Amino acid sequence: MDDSLIRVEHVWRYYAAACALSDVSFEVRRGEVLGFLGPNGAGKSTTMNILTGNLAPSRGRVWINGVDLLDEPKRAKRALGYLPEHPPLYLELTVDEYLDYCARLRGLRGGALRKARDLAKQRCGLTAAGKRLIGNLSKGYQQRVGLAQALVHEPPVLMLDEPTVGLDPLQMREMRALIRELGRERALILSSHILPEVQATCDRVLIIHQGRIVLSDSIEGLSRRMHASSLRVVFRGAPQAEALSAIPGVQRVEREDNMSWRIYFEPPHSPAEAITAQAAEQGWGLIELTPERLTLEDVFMHITCTEQPAAS
Amino acid sequence: MTALSNITVIAARELKSLFLSPLAWTVLAVVQLILAWLFLVQLDQFAELQPQLAALPGAPGLTDLVVAPLFASAATVLLLVTPLLTMRVMSEERRQHTLILLFSMPLSMTEIVLGKYLGLLALLGIMLLLIVLMPLSLLLGGTLDSGQLAAAVLGLALLMAGFAAVGLYVSTLTRHPGIAAVGSFGILLLLSLLDWPGAGGLFGYLSLVRHYEALLKGVFDSSDVIYYVLLTAVFLTLAVRRLDGERLQR
Repeated sequence: MDDSLIRVEHVWRYYAAACALSDVSFEVRRGEVLGFLGPNGAGKSTTMNILTGNLAPSRGRVWINGVDLLDEPKRAKRALGYLPEHPPLYLELTVDEYLDYCARLRGLRGGALRKARDLAKQRCGLTAAGKRLIGNLSKGYQQRVGLAQALVHEPPVLMLDEPTVGLDPLQMREMRALIRELGRERALILSSHILPEVQATCDRVLIIHQGRIVLSDSIEGLSRRMHASSLRVVFRGAPQAEALSAIPGVQRVEREDNMSWRIYFEPPHSPAEAITAQAAEQGWGLIELTPERLTLEDVFMHITCTEQPAAS
Repeated sequence: MTALSNITVIAARELKSLFLSPLAWTVLAVVQLILAWLFLVQLDQFAELQPQLAALPGAPGLTDLVVAPLFASAATVLLLVTPLLTMRVMSEERRQHTLILLFSMPLSMTEIVLGKYLGLLALLGIMLLLIVLMPLSLLLGGTLDSGQLAAAVLGLALLMAGFAAVGLYVSTLTRHPGIAAVGSFGILLLLSLLDWPGAGGLFGYLSLVRHYEALLKGVFDSSDVIYYVLLTAVFLTLAVRRLDGERLQR
């Protein structure tokens, strides 16, 4: 088998008659961080639950680390680390007791167990918290304990379901840095509805909407989709709209207020150079020229809003 | 091999969590207090009757008059108390979202259920030990029918095993411990009342209490033992199937 650690083939899932997932297929290779995006209720958690053996698919196959999850669940799950949406913690245990329990259930014993637990704590910034009760920890720390649990046995496959929910901005940054680091030698799936987070941590993006994959692209590809198709220009003087429209490459001109304009063009032929030249020649007093970029939000909205199923 | 060690890891955690909450301690204390009081009352009565009994040939002895009533009341107390011990065993996992953790670990449903069950049995075993210490203390100044005592202890152990299996199963059905407690108490009470006068032969045979009473008299019938083993197996299987079903439909 090649390097693909997670392979999902034509997975369908129905809840009663309602179709929650339809024909979902994808792969994740070692060293790859896959961002799993979608609005709430799109099927992200259903997919995560299927990939971790919490839910059986109605149809389709899943391989984890080359092992069929449905045929040999125990062997497949050994390669798996999972941080669900709500960190699964025993609040009455201490951090050490909890991590030991998780490591033991994954077959670690004795010295190897202690080493694995200490490494996981160190990675998640929990070294000083070992003797504390989980129930007394803050939300951010509880999230870290949940993550430590997922990686204590060094699994080649990691799945994190909205790992930064409820964290403050600083903790979010730390968590993202950790995710990037972890993704280097594993296959990692990060589910999220926070777009900048995915942009900052992932190599590839999968957008799921109403149970089907509507976009599967690399981050670069996604950035290309977000290429500017407009310029925002501010002049001190007041050029005529006709004069601006006459500049080669300009499709359409929109006046925002007295001084600023939005100029649309057909990418990638930006008229920026021609505009500066004209402005200098005519003395319009160009003081600002910004290529506008679509945000991931725009792309996201565009995809999820336009690709509604025809019948409904 | 790994299955066995997984089961013991789960059981150890379960027992620890039971003792980390004040509930297990309280239950142990209350059960011990009630039974100790009943034991002393029974003993007092026996002491009063003893001169008359001594004159009778073939009169009931210490085991019949003190130990058997004690174990009979222990069954009633356990009926009330075991649902409180079992109610959280699975519902708490659901409430704390830790069931997902267990499901995504390399564990089978059977291992999860057996681990939980073993943890419960360990706690009930401690309770049984504390109860048995009372009649054993009589050996300091009297003699007991050791066969009858052994049968009674076996009966109580089997009863506990059955109660725990019922409670464990009901606890898999809900996320609210209160509902689990009421539900398992209801099932246990119903199973005990099946031999209410007037109930038919088959229902009477299914009664939880009837098989226990035989053992208390010192009558060891393997069908009584098999009854409890079957009861336990049925409810544990139901619990495994219930957890398996979770994956298939929700």
